[in-house]
Amino acid sequence: MKETRLGDFEETILLIVGILDEEAYAFKVAEKFEIQAERNVSIGAVHSTLTRLADKGFLTSEMGQPSAERGGRRKRIYSITAQGQKALVASRNFKISLWKQYPGLSLGLDFSI
Amino acid sequence: MKVKRHIPPPLAERFLKWFIRDELAEEVMGDLEEKFHTVAQEHSTFRATLNYWFQVLNYLRPFAIQSFPINPLIHAPMFRHNFLIGWRILLRNKGYSWINIGGLAMGMAVAIMIGMWIQDELQVNRYHDNYETIGRVMRNGTLNGETFTTNYQPFALGEELRTKYGNNFEHVVMAWPTGDHILRTGDQKTYQKGTFVEADAPEVFSFRMLRGTRKGLANKESILLSESASQAIFGGEDPIGQRLLIDNKMDAIVTGIYEDLPYHSHFYEVDFFAPWELLLSHNQWITTQGFTNNFLDIYVEIAPALTFETASVKIKDAILDNVGDSEDFLAVNPQIFLHPMDSWHLHAEWKNGVNAGGTIRFVWMFGGVALFVLLLACINFMNLSTARSEKRAKEVGIRKAIGSVRWQLIGQFFSESFLVVLFAFVAALLIVSATLPAFNELAGKEMIMPWNVPTFWLTSLLFIGMTGLMAGSYPALYLSAFDPVNVLKGTFRVGKWASTPRKALVILQFTVSIALITGAVVVYQQIQYAKDRPAGYTQEGLLMVQMTTPDFSGKFDVIRTSLKKTGVVDEVAQSTGPVTSVWSSNGGFEWRDKNPDFQAEFATLSVTPEYGKVVGWQFSGGRDFSRNLTSDSMSIVINKSTARIMGFDDPIGEEIRWKAFWSNQVGTYRVIGVIDDMVRRSPYTPAMPAIYFLSDNTSWINIRLNQATSTTVALAKIEETFATIIPSVPFDYKFADAEYALKFKAEERIGKLATVFACLAILISCMGIFGMASFVAEQRTKEIGIRKILGASVGQLWNMLSREFVLLVMVACVVAVPIAWYFLHSWLSTYTYRIDLSVWVFVGVSTAALVITLLTVSFQALKAALSNPADALRSE
Repeated sequence: MKETRLGDFEETILLIVGILDEEAYAFKVAEKFEIQAERNVSIGAVHSTLTRLADKGFLTSEMGQPSAERGGRRKRIYSITAQGQKALVASRNFKISLWKQYPGLSLGLDFSI
Repeated sequence: MKVKRHIPPPLAERFLKWFIRDELAEEVMGDLEEKFHTVAQEHSTFRATLNYWFQVLNYLRPFAIQSFPINPLIHAPMFRHNFLIGWRILLRNKGYSWINIGGLAMGMAVAIMIGMWIQDELQVNRYHDNYETIGRVMRNGTLNGETFTTNYQPFALGEELRTKYGNNFEHVVMAWPTGDHILRTGDQKTYQKGTFVEADAPEVFSFRMLRGTRKGLANKESILLSESASQAIFGGEDPIGQRLLIDNKMDAIVTGIYEDLPYHSHFYEVDFFAPWELLLSHNQWITTQGFTNNFLDIYVEIAPALTFETASVKIKDAILDNVGDSEDFLAVNPQIFLHPMDSWHLHAEWKNGVNAGGTIRFVWMFGGVALFVLLLACINFMNLSTARSEKRAKEVGIRKAIGSVRWQLIGQFFSESFLVVLFAFVAALLIVSATLPAFNELAGKEMIMPWNVPTFWLTSLLFIGMTGLMAGSYPALYLSAFDPVNVLKGTFRVGKWASTPRKALVILQFTVSIALITGAVVVYQQIQYAKDRPAGYTQEGLLMVQMTTPDFSGKFDVIRTSLKKTGVVDEVAQSTGPVTSVWSSNGGFEWRDKNPDFQAEFATLSVTPEYGKVVGWQFSGGRDFSRNLTSDSMSIVINKSTARIMGFDDPIGEEIRWKAFWSNQVGTYRVIGVIDDMVRRSPYTPAMPAIYFLSDNTSWINIRLNQATSTTVALAKIEETFATIIPSVPFDYKFADAEYALKFKAEERIGKLATVFACLAILISCMGIFGMASFVAEQRTKEIGIRKILGASVGQLWNMLSREFVLLVMVACVVAVPIAWYFLHSWLSTYTYRIDLSVWVFVGVSTAALVITLLTVSFQALKAALSNPADALRSE
C-alpha cells in the first residue's frame, strides 16, 4: 500500500499487461513493448519487471496453457490487481495535473477521458 | 511441404537450465523458445540462435539465478575429522612418524637456511640509494692474445670522462683505493681503513649522516668518520671539529659521521673518507701520471636516461684516443666499460674481457642443493606413506563403502600430509634458529631469523603449501584409488609393480647423495693440493710491516740493526710490495733473441740485499744479492718462469735491457741468480714470471723471526723497537702465513658447506631406507617365521632382506658417477692449477655408500632374522 510509485518502464509494462489481457505473458509483453516503443528489450528485463510488480502487489499471475511452440511448456499469465489499477490511475492523474500547469503546450491538449 | 525442424541451441538451453531458478525454469524456457521460433520465421534460424543466446545471457539477473547451496560435503566437521584421524595415526605409529617428521624437518631447515643465504647475497649493496645507477669504470686490455680486465685506471681518465663524456654521467668520482692509514689525534694513533674520494662521493653513495652533512668533504682539510671509527678514536666525545693527522702528514678536521656501511657491502669496514684534494696536495706526482699509469678507482653515476650498456659503448675508447702513438700501448688496446653496482658482489669475475659471473655460481649451486635436499625429504615422505598403504587399505574400503567420494579421500590424505608438513615446519624453524650461529660462521655472514619480515611468513606459507602438495600428492592419489570390493573381500594385494615407483625414488635419493659426497671429497682434495703446493719461500715466522708514512725514510738501517740486536730476529729486508701479492708489473723488457711481437708482463719487485735470506729464496742457480758488491746495483734475480719465457737454459750472466719507471734511460741489467717460483698471487694459477731489482726506495719491511723464540715474545720486542725508533706510527704487522692462508678461504668455505649438505643428504636417504627396511621386515614377519622353522640360518635371512636395498644403491652409484664426474670436471677446469679426478674417489664413495646402506638395513634385517618364529606366527 505504501509503495505506489511506478517507474516509467514499470508503468509501461503494467499498461501493456492491461492491454494484452489474456495474452499477458513475458514473451508477449516484451513483443508488444518492442512494437509500441520501437526499441529492443530483452525478455529477461521484462520478466524481472513483471516479478517486481508482482512483489509490489500490482500484479497477480497464474499458469496458463502449454503450447507446441513452447515445447509443451506452460506460460505464466499476469493480470492487474485492484492495487495496480489504483497505482496506474494515480500516476496518470499526477502526470495530467502537471501537464495542465505546463505553459509550453497550453494549446490543443485534450484530456477528456 | 517440408517443415524445417529447427530447435533452440541445446548448449544455451543447458546453460539456462543450469543457472535458472527451478520455479522459473518452465516459463522462461517456454518464452525463449517461443521467441526463437518467432524470430526464425521472421528472419532466419541463425538470427534466432543469436537472439536466443542474447536472451539467455539477459536472464543472468539476480531474481532469476539459482541459489547454489554450499556443497554439503565440505564443511567444518569434516576438517576436524580429517585432522583428528591424521593426528591419531601419527600417534599410533610413533616410529614412522618421527622418521617422517624428522626427515622432512631437516629437508625444510636446509631449504630455509639456503633461502636466507641467497636472499642475503642478493641484498648486498642495496643499502645505497643510487644502487641502480652507480657503476665502476673497468678496463680491458690485450696481452699476447689474452684479454685481462682490471679496475685500476689512470689519473687523466677522470677529467676526460667529466669533460668529453660528461653528458653520460651525473657524477664522476675518483678514488684512491681503500687502504690502511694512520689516524692520529693528540697522542693516540691507530691504523684505520680509509679511502680518499672526490667531494661528491657521500652524495653519490648516499651515506646516512649521523652528524654533519654529505657536503662534509667540500673543504680540502676535512674528513668523514664512520660511526665505529668515531667511537674507537673519540669514545663518546663529539668528534666534530676535532683535528686528525692522516699518515703523519695530512691535517684534517672531522666534519661529519656516517652510519657504518652494512656487512659485505663494497665499502664495508671503511672507517673514514677523506678528500681527494687533500691527497693530491700532498702527492703532486699523481697529477702528472697522464693516461699510462693505472692505479686509481673511478666510480660513476650514470645519467638517468642511459643504461650501462649504452654509456659503456660511448666511453670505450676514452683511453685509446689518448695514448698517442706509442705502439706498445696501442697494441694493448685498452677498452673502457662500466661495471654496474648490482653486479659488484656476485658477478665480479672476468674471463677474456667478458663478465664470467663470480660468486653467483655459488648462489645457483646452493639453490640447487637446497631444492635437491628438500626433494629427498619429500621422496622419503612419499615412500613411507605409500609403503604402508596396505595397512590403510581396509580403512579406505570401508570409507568408500559408506559413501565417500574419491576426492574426499584425497582431501583426507592431503590433510594428513599437511599435518605432518606443519609439524615439520615448526621443527625446521626450531632447527634453523638453533643452528643459525654456526651457519653464520660457516658462511661468513651475519644473518638473523626474519621473524618480523612479512615476506618471510608469506613465502613460508607458500613453502608449506608446496611441500604439502608435493609430498602428499602421490600417497593421496595412490591410496584413494583402492577398489573397496577387493579390499573388503580380502583379496586385495598390492600389485607387483606398486613398489617400482618407490624403488625409483630410492635410487634418485642415493644418486643425489653420492654425487654430493663425491663433490665434497673432490673439493677438499683440490684445496689440499693447492695448499701442498710449494710456496717457493718459507712462510712461517715471516713478518711484514708496511712503511706507511715518510717517518720511516732513512731509518731503515737503524731499524735493521736494532731488530737484530734484540736477538729475536734473524734478518731484516725491505721490498716494494708484500710477499703475498703482486703490487706492480711491467712490460717493456728486452732480452737476447726476444721475439719483437711478444708482449710480456713481469712482476717487478725492488728489494734490499738481504731479502732473499729473509723470505727464504730457493736458488736453482747463481747467487743472491750481495751488499758488498757495488756492481750489484744493476744485478737482477729472476724466477724460473721468467727464465723459461725468455728462453734461457742458463740465464746467469744474461743481459736484460729495460727503461725503469724510476729512471729516464734504458738500463742494462745482469742476471745473477735464478730462484724457484714464489706463489704470490692465487695458488691455483701458475706463478707470474718475476724480476727482482736492488733498490732502497721501498715500502715494506720484511722480518725473519728467530725460530727458537716464541712469537709473542718476539712481537713484543719488535713492537718496542719500532716504538723507540718511529714513535709516531702505530705498530701494525701481518704474518705471511696468515695472509697466505686467506687465499684458500673461499674454497674452504665451499668445501665445508658441501660436506655439511652431503652429510645431511645421506642422513635423510638413510632415514628413508631405514623406514622402508623396517616396513618390509614387518610385512614379511610370517614369511620369516616359516623360513626359520624350515631351517633358514640368520645369514640367509639377512641376505634375503638386504639384497634388494643393496641392489638399489648399486644402481644409484652407477648413475651418480658419470653425473658427478661431469660437473666436477667442469668445475676443476676453471682452475689452472688442479688435481686430476681419480677413479679411486668414485670407487671409495660408492663403497662407503654401500657400507652405510648395509649398516642401516642390517639393523632391521637382523632384528627380523633373530625374532622368535613362534611370536611371528602366533599373531593374527
